[in-house]
Amino acid sequence: MAKATIFDNHLEPAWCPGCGNFAILPAVKQALVNRGLAPSEVLFVSGIGQAAKAPHYLRAHVFNGLHGRALPAATGAKLANPDLEVIVESGDGCIYGEGGNHFLAAIRRNVNLTVLVHNNQVYGLTKGQASPTSAAGMITKAQPHGSSGPPFNPLATAIVLDAGFVARGSAGRPEELTALIEAGMDHPGLALIDILQPCVSFNKRQTWAWYREHCEPVPTDHDHGDRDAALRLAFAAEEERFFCGILYRGARPPLENRFPMSAGGILGRVPVNGGALAEIIAAHG
Amino acid sequence: MKRILIAGEAGQGLVTVGQILSLSLVRDGRHIVVTQGYMSRIRGGHNTYAIRAAAGPVAAPVEGVDLLVALTSESVELHRDEVDDDGLILGDVAAAPAMDDDRWLGIPFAELVPARQMNIAALGVAAAQLGLDRELVERAAADYLGGKKNPEWDAGREALDEGFTWGEFRRRPGLGLSAVPAAAAGRVMLNGNEAIALGALSAGLKFLSFYPMTPATSVCLKVIAHADEMGVITEQAEDEIAAVNMAVGASYAGAPAMVATSGGGFVLMEEGVSLAAMTETPLVLVLAQRPGPATGLPTRTAQGDLDLVVCAGHGEFPRAVFAPGTVEECFELARRAFAVAEASQGPVFLFTDQFLADSYRAVGPFPAAELPPVAPLLADPPAAGMYRRYADSETGVSPRLVPGQGEALVVADSDEHTADGHLTEDLAAAAAMAARRRDKIGVIRGLMVPPTWYGAAAPETVLVCWGSACGAVFETVDRLQARGRAAAALHFSQVWPLDPAPFADRLAAAGEIISVEGNAGGQLAGLLRRETGITAARHVGRVDGLPLTPEYILRKLAAA
Ligand SMILES: Cc1ncc(C[n+]2csc(CCOP(=O)(O)OP(=O)(O)O)c2C)c(N)n1
Ligand code: SF4
Ligand SMILES: [Mg+2]
Repeated sequence: MAKATIFDNHLEPAWCPGCGNFAILPAVKQALVNRGLAPSEVLFVSGIGQAAKAPHYLRAHVFNGLHGRALPAATGAKLANPDLEVIVESGDGCIYGEGGNHFLAAIRRNVNLTVLVHNNQVYGLTKGQASPTSAAGMITKAQPHGSSGPPFNPLATAIVLDAGFVARGSAGRPEELTALIEAGMDHPGLALIDILQPCVSFNKRQTWAWYREHCEPVPTDHDHGDRDAALRLAFAAEEERFFCGILYRGARPPLENRFPMSAGGILGRVPVNGGALAEIIAAHG
Repeated sequence: MKRILIAGEAGQGLVTVGQILSLSLVRDGRHIVVTQGYMSRIRGGHNTYAIRAAAGPVAAPVEGVDLLVALTSESVELHRDEVDDDGLILGDVAAAPAMDDDRWLGIPFAELVPARQMNIAALGVAAAQLGLDRELVERAAADYLGGKKNPEWDAGREALDEGFTWGEFRRRPGLGLSAVPAAAAGRVMLNGNEAIALGALSAGLKFLSFYPMTPATSVCLKVIAHADEMGVITEQAEDEIAAVNMAVGASYAGAPAMVATSGGGFVLMEEGVSLAAMTETPLVLVLAQRPGPATGLPTRTAQGDLDLVVCAGHGEFPRAVFAPGTVEECFELARRAFAVAEASQGPVFLFTDQFLADSYRAVGPFPAAELPPVAPLLADPPAAGMYRRYADSETGVSPRLVPGQGEALVVADSDEHTADGHLTEDLAAAAAMAARRRDKIGVIRGLMVPPTWYGAAAPETVLVCWGSACGAVFETVDRLQARGRAAAALHFSQVWPLDPAPFADRLAAAGEIISVEGNAGGQLAGLLRRETGITAARHVGRVDGLPLTPEYILRKLAAA
């Protein structure tokens, strides 16, 4: 088997020492290697944030778009060239906050994307404001009276929307994370993997140790097809119990099935059907 | 020349009457200009479908009516003042039994046809009054209504026949159309938005994402109608932000992409404009204008978004902005927009507006089967070494690859980046990268469409306009010239960048310069002043949601 180093590049990550992102990066590379992929077969699409920088520290195709817009850009790219293994990698603020509407729509649309959300429960890059997943009452410079409202529950939301693959991983559980990313890539529609990630600079409560205490594996007898049971596991986050593993698997077909023209290859190289167009125009006479 | 106005409530089938009549006129070898006016509702209200039919080329909507087809008594009251003294008003005799007006011809619809077929019977009467061939109209109706496939077709044909026969016996002298040569082969009836969609398909459009917004939606619907046979991926996005980001993603991955929206959606897309510029991704954006600000008048027309588009997107980057004046230009400039987007690797804009979007004309033929597509300009992967997406080049345009061309890795970034696409905060590298992007303006200038000078070579008055104002302004020039005034027009089908070389000397030497635009401030006039120093002495603007007409312009000119 090829080594994970085929996905290494020359750039040094601009993350704080001790950041959870350092543990996620090799797990992602290992999953790609385990799946036998070459760098030119993989496209990473990200938004903006600390997590969104991750694709720059890998050898693969990269489209590092705008804050919040990783999902739409990835949708366009995947539909345009379904041969590509398209992985979305961004932060909780990017995917659940700025891109919240796209998150809902992408799950419903069900394009074959693997979505990795580095969930550090804070806006890292902009220096520690509350994010949609911040714990209620979290005090920051921008939220001196505490983050308002209960944290957004991405997994429960995805299950309610009947997403095809809903999982939680953790930077502190790298082997499990690699396996989850592989399973997500295997899944033929959108796969959501929310990844708990310590931000050592701005989230002083949810530390590596805290996550170790609050994470537990999804029970071995859990039925992935049981939506109620999956929701119960997702709702446990309200008591700060974070189940790691696959919570739910739905069975909707991916959107690409609707587009026979996106059979693979570079769409722009498919010739224009001039004869058909001439007939379309002639029908206006 | 005959001016036909069909008026009634939404839901009465007045567009059906207008479309079948228009198609009949085009097939009969005539030129048409259709102007549609409708309210933002599905039933009721008051809508109009005006057809100007002429033996020779026409491009302007005009005021006045020769034949009014009034489907409600309200339509009679609203429009009778527009009808010429020797014109004709057709309506339901039951609605106005005692109308004391020589121009009135009450049709006994209740006796002739079932209520559902009233519009088709009115079509029959109108067609007979115009002296159109019965079979020609029936074929047009069959084609439009789907013929035998439509369960209502037999009833429709009967109603058409009843109306035609009734109308034939009551023909008003003077209403008949003059003789014209047979229609040239390949002539078709298209509106501006259909022509944009067809031009885009002919260029090689492969990905369209959108969020519905009048008057842009019809561009998307036309593409969608043919998407399967033309191999185009289309997706209704959750919002305009998603639409534009999807299109940029698709284009990055090698699918020539387009979005279409109106002003309100366009402002949501602006971040995507900037993204296309920074990632150097070809993208065609269609902006179909309606009056703003905010939601404005959803179903009316305007030319109020020129400043918006010229400045759209944060940061500085080159762009091209096209503004077709005719339906033919909608087709041609849609193709050119793709060519420029590919050549310059960035956003290119195409204006339309509600008037042009809905304005059917007799156009073509388009040699669609022979027109070369605008193939994506992809480089060959490097034989050795690493591919750099943003490598330096003479023209500023870097050799472009997309994922899937061998081993080469394509790294694109919305952050400022190095030549290999990775984000950088090296300020010298950033400045060089920005300068290279700006250099691409040379490529855009090389593909520019110069403005059209129309009328007198050395005029006392020159009317400067852009986009859909072209027809009305050119006809205004004709009418001024006919009155002995040396007049000309300068029409811009490309409004950015403005290259003064092809026009500035002639314009500066002309007498009075008057800008004529569908806006209040004179937005093109402002750009001209800024870019060339040439200042219009006056501005004729129209902001009531209706298209410019020669009559309107002449009234404003006379009012000075
Ligand atoms: C449109 C827009 N708004 C705001 C920002 C500023 N911004 C950059 S990253 C970010 C939040 C990042 O949070 P998250 O996605 O959780 O990533 P993290 O840094 O925590 O990994 C914000 C608000 C931006 N770049 N673009
Ligand atoms: S701020 Fe937080 S998320 Fe960002 S690099 Fe530092 S530790 Fe990691
Ligand atoms: Mg975060």
